[in-house]
Amino acid sequence: MEGTLPAAAKTCAESGTESGPRGPGCSLRHFACEQNLLSRPDGSASFLQGDTSVLAGVYGPAEVKVSKEIFNKATLEVILRPKIGLPGVAEKSRERLIRNTCEAVVLGTLHPRTSITVVLQVVSDAGSLLACCLNAACMALVDAGVPMRALFCGVTCALNSDGTLVLDPTAKQEKEARAVLTFALDSVERKLLMSTTKGLYSAAELQQCLAAAQAASQHVFRFYRESLQRRYSKS
Amino acid sequence: MAAGFKTVEPLEYYRRFLKENCRPDGRELGEFRTTTVNIGSISTADGSALVKLGNTTVICGIKAEFAAPPTDAPDKGYIVPNVDLPPLCSSRFRSGPPGEEAQVASQFIADVIENSQIIQKEDLCISPGKLSWVLYCDIICLDYDGNILDACTFALLAALKNAQLPEVTINEETGLAEVNLKKKSYLNIRTHPVATSFAVFDDTLLIVDPTGEEEHLATGTLTVVMDEEGKLCCLHKPGGSGLTGAKLQDCMSRAVTRHKEVKKLMDEVIKSMKPK
Repeated sequence: MEGTLPAAAKTCAESGTESGPRGPGCSLRHFACEQNLLSRPDGSASFLQGDTSVLAGVYGPAEVKVSKEIFNKATLEVILRPKIGLPGVAEKSRERLIRNTCEAVVLGTLHPRTSITVVLQVVSDAGSLLACCLNAACMALVDAGVPMRALFCGVTCALNSDGTLVLDPTAKQEKEARAVLTFALDSVERKLLMSTTKGLYSAAELQQCLAAAQAASQHVFRFYRESLQRRYSKS
Repeated sequence: MAAGFKTVEPLEYYRRFLKENCRPDGRELGEFRTTTVNIGSISTADGSALVKLGNTTVICGIKAEFAAPPTDAPDKGYIVPNVDLPPLCSSRFRSGPPGEEAQVASQFIADVIENSQIIQKEDLCISPGKLSWVLYCDIICLDYDGNILDACTFALLAALKNAQLPEVTINEETGLAEVNLKKKSYLNIRTHPVATSFAVFDDTLLIVDPTGEEEHLATGTLTVVMDEEGKLCCLHKPGGSGLTGAKLQDCMSRAVTRHKEVKKLMDEVIKSMKPK
């Protein structure tokens, strides 16, 4: 079941090629999401942002090892597998970021002494990978029916050396940028759940990027809503 | 009686203090613990520093060795940081391969080094394409009482400022490197990144420099790494409760004052070492 951006925003979001110009209104790449594509996990989703694609599977709430159980909450675990090679320290760091973001939104107290495992597999990486992982994880958690207090989305911002902002950068734009900032925002109040940055930038630029990310997250959340509406309205 | 209440309801116990705008150890919400730094304590290392942030104790040792430069960047050297959290520092760590906390801290330090450009890798090159320095920065925690990232960043910075590399000349005839241990020079440190960590409580309150217990009770953490021009090298917020833009701005201003405090302390320490 596919969901895409509404027609009005589609014109400026169709920048399939790296050199395509982006409108100042909404400069996110073309999105696509497919849910319930894997049979074994309780929930699964595949999220596409331009050419970046991540597949997520959620198992839970399920049995937890006694050493890892928490008496009043669910134990959340995130496993991130890169496209090539074995997972390293960078993957561990990303897993920690995604896990803490999920912990802030998942209502773990409703399922104490259980484990919720999110497995992410990078299918292709063409920039904004962490944001795509976050979006895939959110959609997979929704598909699994895990109770959450809010949805979350990931948005990446790249700052060029002349100070211009590019949202949802491609791999080439990320490499040439002076700084790359990734934010995770929640759907209720657009608060900042998670942030990780690379490169040097000033506090004013940070606020600018955050504001741009908050505006862009509107599109992502609208897309979530429509894709879920389309899925459940078939019945 | 207070000890009993603390064991049974640690969060409520803590909230009572926060209501009065202070913490169990008597600090204000925006106050750091006493910071002490001691440099040059490890004589076998090329540079070393011991940093104490209240009870949190972290030691950093720098060893420089030779290596062939990477093929895709023949004029650059290497800086390899590693953070080790041994079972010595806290009962939550077991011996064996590095746990998640140590790996995340190592990745954080590596990011800070790369983002802030504290040392230009070109400065570490001796002979392009043939020989360069590799700086192994080993950061070991001796006592874990919260706020490990701030302590590690400070220890790394102090150790790098203290590190001295001997002069190396390449003998044209033999092509071998000749090390002159008598002539040592300090590293060229370009920026001074300083980390400031905050803990978020109940989705609203922000406290600075959390202790181990506070980190455990907190609903989120945030670390800001700033250099002397007010530029941010790293904004590390690994999940946890949401923050608005205004709260972030408060954190930035606190980070700026912290940077000044740390810089002053560093300069004093370096000045006291110089006569050697």
